[in-house]
Amino acid sequence: MSRHTLSVLVENVPGVLARVSGLFSRRGFNIESLAVGPTEHPEISRMTIVVSVDELPLEQVTKQLNKLVNVIKIVELDPSASVQRELLLVKVRADATVRSQVLETVQLFRAKVVDVSPEAVTIEATGTADKLDALLRMLEPYGVREMVQSGMVAIGRGARSITATAVR
Amino acid sequence: MTSATSRSNPVPKPPPQANRPKPVAPSSAPVRVTGAQALVRSLEAAGCSVVFGIPGGTIMPAYDALLDSTALRHVLVRHEQGAGHAATGYAQATGRVGVCMATSGPGATNLVTPLADAYMDSVPVVAITGQQTRALIGTDAFQEADICGITMPITKHNFLVTDPDEIPRVIAEAFHLAATGRPGPVLVDLPKDVQQAVTSFSWPPELRLPGYRPTTRPHGKQVREAAKLIAGARRPVLYVGGGVIKASASDELRALAELTGIPVVTTLMARGAFPDSHPQHLGMPGMHGSVAAVTAMQKSDLLIALGARFDDRVTGKLSTFAPDAAVVHADIDPAEISKNRKADVPIVGDCREIIAELVDAVRAEREAGNEPDLDGWWKTLNSWREAFPLGYEWPEDGTLSPQYVIERIGALVGPDALYTAGVGQHQMWAAQFIRYEHPRTWINSGGLGTMGFAVPAAMGAKAGQPDKPVWAIDGDGCFQMTNQELATCAIERLPIKVAVINNGNLGMVRQWQNLFYEERYSHTDLGTHKHRIPDFVQLAQALGCVGLRCESREDVDRVVKEAMEINDRPVVIDFVVGKDAQVWPMVAAGASNDDIMAARGIRPQFDEDELFTTEASER
Repeated sequence: MSRHTLSVLVENVPGVLARVSGLFSRRGFNIESLAVGPTEHPEISRMTIVVSVDELPLEQVTKQLNKLVNVIKIVELDPSASVQRELLLVKVRADATVRSQVLETVQLFRAKVVDVSPEAVTIEATGTADKLDALLRMLEPYGVREMVQSGMVAIGRGARSITATAVR
Repeated sequence: MTSATSRSNPVPKPPPQANRPKPVAPSSAPVRVTGAQALVRSLEAAGCSVVFGIPGGTIMPAYDALLDSTALRHVLVRHEQGAGHAATGYAQATGRVGVCMATSGPGATNLVTPLADAYMDSVPVVAITGQQTRALIGTDAFQEADICGITMPITKHNFLVTDPDEIPRVIAEAFHLAATGRPGPVLVDLPKDVQQAVTSFSWPPELRLPGYRPTTRPHGKQVREAAKLIAGARRPVLYVGGGVIKASASDELRALAELTGIPVVTTLMARGAFPDSHPQHLGMPGMHGSVAAVTAMQKSDLLIALGARFDDRVTGKLSTFAPDAAVVHADIDPAEISKNRKADVPIVGDCREIIAELVDAVRAEREAGNEPDLDGWWKTLNSWREAFPLGYEWPEDGTLSPQYVIERIGALVGPDALYTAGVGQHQMWAAQFIRYEHPRTWINSGGLGTMGFAVPAAMGAKAGQPDKPVWAIDGDGCFQMTNQELATCAIERLPIKVAVINNGNLGMVRQWQNLFYEERYSHTDLGTHKHRIPDFVQLAQALGCVGLRCESREDVDRVVKEAMEINDRPVVIDFVVGKDAQVWPMVAAGASNDDIMAARGIRPQFDEDELFTTEASER
């Protein structure tokens, strides 16, 4: 099985998220992550869906997705030809004795401290899943009190736009 | 090619079928109406002429508007499931969109089975449901059910209308979605206050379906590739599915078959797509298909699948299905292609266009001198046909043979009538022993396998084809699920015939218990024989029908003829038949098609040498 990133342009209408996620579950596909948000066209939303499947079932799920009336376009984004990012917010135990070490790690990863208290700092980081995993591994020894992570968003490199041709 | 006006989606055009009622003249100037009136006008303008339904609280405004319509016939059913299957039967019999209507909550959930049924069999149906007023949605209000959420996996699409101004557009889109591309059911959920609101009506509305662009024109290169494979094949088979009937492609299919001389098999959904009397027809493939049809596919070197979907009931164990065959797969739904069996030549498009182009491409191959010799293949096929014809044995206990009853009905009533069936043994026998000559004469529940389908589907078929005899071949189990619609048929003057093949048992389950569960007959005896409860003759009479009974071979023709004479009300015939008759041939569930049993204990042995000599000349 391999990971695939699908960019799915959908009509911005109620129920579309349920249609897409329901299709994945009833056809037996696991979604690793799903992020959805607006695009430069108010009537179109964009979903970035990461799935772990083999080539043949991927073709099948893409065809099934395409059959959803509210789905306008599906593009698989090749990791080497696209920028892929996730957002991580993590609250790390950091009193005065270790704070400077934690801050050093934050700098190494070009992350940011967005909140600080006497016992903890909250760190914001964006990047690929690999980078965020590495950051977490470095922070774990201090004690991760809480963390939240977004689904991946991705966009193709170069001047081409997948939304430009999707609008009527 | 694209002009400025063709950018917007066109108004739903009814598929080209005869006997189409004229759509009401469109009025372009907006008129002030209620949402309910907009609904009724939209239905009329979309070409709907019959609505099957039952009113209830939240759909009452629509029913009030329906009372003023002269173009719409409403058939008041006894259960919403009946409305849904009737819409399906109507659509299958006519090629037009079938329409059913129900109230919110239980009314809507009672449509779930027929919608799932229509989805599996790709039937164009539009379901209109009432919904609680907008302000109450999500509060667990009385008779509230999230029917859009519930039917999401079993409809092609559904709509919750929250703005009354959108009603004409949504109805137009619903009909367009239901009827075009791969057909399917579409549900429109209308809150009561949306029906009551004042809005404007104008027709035709502009469709807004940016994500819906079904491919109907096949790719020329793919068609030529297919023709090349056909020219080189020595053991080809035309594997014909329900899509050929949906696309009204029977004439084109016949032209292709006769041009190429390739044998034809028609699936359960395609019975009638190719005449049973045609010498190239090998019968039905699949779990209860003919030995010749099943084995021809197994031994074939080229399967030309037309509007078929390699269902598990056709392929048997997939990994051993037609191991030597290259596959040409033509279907309007790209998701069907290579879903179960990898296609060597995929062709996406409408079957009628595909087959017509295929005929031209095959002609071109022939003109280039590529005309395969199928004589050896036909010699083999004919030997299988002769050795293993469809047949049955009379029960040893002297009871009436169900196969004989169904065979006689088919012979006496003839191929111009319409036949519907429930699900089970009687369905398989009706598919095997009635000879179908025309498309849209065999209407059954193939994919979902919905018991109770026959009576309401026959009701819908009769409403769509009032001049044709409509026979429901039903089982005693199925019949007891939906027979209340006979009251509807009696009152609405839909004089269908129902042949209850009454073996007193859930016959197909009993057959499996006999074969695979050591004859442990757990809860399959319905008592219809033992106690004669219900008495189907009296039940028929109570429902306003004529009730007849037949218990012996000598009476079969007489009783069928008697039923054929009655045309002012529905007729039910209780055919009391033996309980031990079984459906053969059979490929056990999950088994390989190589292991087909022609009859109980009879496993055909094929002469492999003969096959390979026909093959030798090719390589």
